[in-house]
Amino acid sequence: MSQKLSSREILEDADFKELARQKNLISTVLTLLTMASYFAFMLLIAYRKEALAAPIANGSMGIPIGIGLIILAWIFTGIYVYWANTKYDALVEKVRQKVGE
Amino acid sequence: MPATSLGQPNAVAITFFFLFVLVTLGITYWAARRTKTTSQFYAADRSISGFQNGLALAGDYMSAASFLGIAGLVATGGYDGLIYSIGYLVGWPIVMFLIAEPLRNLGKYTFADVVAYRLQKRPIRTVAAIGSIVTVLFYLIAQMVAAGSLIKLMFGLRYEVALVIVGFLMISYVLFGGMLATTWVQIIKAVFLLGGATLLTLMTLAHFGWSYGNLFGHVANNVEGGAKLLQPSFTDRIAKSPLDVISLAIGLMFGTAGLPHILMRFYTVPNAKEARKSVFYATGFIGYFYILTFTIGFGAAALVRQAYLAPIKAGTPGMTNNMAAPLLAEILGGHMFLGFITAVAFATILAVVAGLTLAGASALSHDIYVGVVRQGKSTEDEVKVARAATIGLGICAVLFGLLFKDVNVAFMVGLAFAVAASANFPALLMSITWKRFTTPGAVASMVTGLVVSVVLIVLSPTVWEDVLQKGVDKAVLAHAPFPMKNPALFSMLAAFAVGIIVSLMTREQRAEEMFEEEKLRTYVGIGAE
Repeated sequence: MSQKLSSREILEDADFKELARQKNLISTVLTLLTMASYFAFMLLIAYRKEALAAPIANGSMGIPIGIGLIILAWIFTGIYVYWANTKYDALVEKVRQKVGE
Repeated sequence: MPATSLGQPNAVAITFFFLFVLVTLGITYWAARRTKTTSQFYAADRSISGFQNGLALAGDYMSAASFLGIAGLVATGGYDGLIYSIGYLVGWPIVMFLIAEPLRNLGKYTFADVVAYRLQKRPIRTVAAIGSIVTVLFYLIAQMVAAGSLIKLMFGLRYEVALVIVGFLMISYVLFGGMLATTWVQIIKAVFLLGGATLLTLMTLAHFGWSYGNLFGHVANNVEGGAKLLQPSFTDRIAKSPLDVISLAIGLMFGTAGLPHILMRFYTVPNAKEARKSVFYATGFIGYFYILTFTIGFGAAALVRQAYLAPIKAGTPGMTNNMAAPLLAEILGGHMFLGFITAVAFATILAVVAGLTLAGASALSHDIYVGVVRQGKSTEDEVKVARAATIGLGICAVLFGLLFKDVNVAFMVGLAFAVAASANFPALLMSITWKRFTTPGAVASMVTGLVVSVVLIVLSPTVWEDVLQKGVDKAVLAHAPFPMKNPALFSMLAAFAVGIIVSLMTREQRAEEMFEEEKLRTYVGIGAE
């Protein structure tokens, strides 16, 4: 490896820029997906309650949808952790080496 | 009406409770010897693993109000309980994607550290600490009043005696054991609570032939008005209009990301990677817990509803069917299991109030005393001040509990979430992500969020009609000036709007330069505490 980069230089470094870009992208996308699924559900509660009241087995459609939403939110956090543990941490390590940390 | 032994001294409950107190005081004694420095007192010396912190976060979040309250809400309002559970849960992904890692990398002990990182310390810390303390106090009052009433109902102890016991124990944990003891109390309680709720759920399902279909079918066919419980039917109780539902959604979703006692936990882990893992575990535990309470609630609707819930509601002001879960436990598992579940509920209350007290004390000592009075110079006596703040706050909590004894404080948890989503979250998010954010912008945003959310709650039907005009005849009741129960839609948007407008009207050269340098710390963790 060549010379260690100063903290000023690292901000212009391609790897660092890529790391910041990817992190912002995945955070934004997952936040929007979480918000979209939850607000879609709450809009149904607000305006189309009867859609959730449709009978299914002995319960209503709203029950599997609601429980599904809880599980989906957890899956989203799982996706983020998986991405961060594999891709993000590798990029962080690369940048850390460049500044000699 | 079938007989219940609820409210009479229960040997099993008392045994389990003493066991819990003994173990937690033992841990406090062990932790006390490892709690000397500020980092040890506020952040357990950053020695907690991601998994442990996941359990502790879940412990902080799964209060007695959510265990007994949501089970009770499902038992009487059915599907409505699930609407709340989902809202409380979806805040967690937001915490993970937007807040957890930058918070861990930029801050030291409180979320005010992050907001103040590149802005002017004294004004920011003053306002952020006020936001923290207000959030913590509302949450704490709700928990204390619930604690007094629950313990009275479960053990037959006097309300005042119950409050003093809770106050004494929570002060002991925090005062001597700091964050280390508080975290382990939280972990033990989380395991206790998840175990107890799992057992109760399994017994419920066993009773119905291991089939949710049978359980729902029983509720639909044998319970009066049961079919309505299985779908959203009573949403006017939680929100007055479709717009109000959206406002509720915003408050629930973004409130979690502004709760000081939750945010503080991210400083107890060694790095951002562990912080991120802890949210994954916490979300899993909490989601699982809400599925359990949903099942328990329907079990109570099927088996307890007719016999007990209504009479208990009538006889206990301020308590809406909180006893659904313990009563179900008694029906399914007898006197012993009732004792176990009530002990679990008591342990839950203790752990949550301890976490809140620690968060409030650190806002007072770290943000106000060191950050404002001492102008940022960390001094030898910081831990002493934090301990004094703990005692002061603990005594205040007991006094507030006595003062609000006969007030329906259920709205205070909602208020805490609204203040957190409006005063704390917008400023925190903008300080992390927006280069042009300035000191006047941050102060204006936090003040706006705090004032608008508190004022709108006071003007809402929840306080204006149900609390201020309690018992007033419907015919002469003065209608609330603000027609919604949930203010977050307006208060959070106002906080963002004011923060953006004031920042654009002002300029802070130093803050903009620091934003670039800060990136290395935010993303890579270089220079993090």
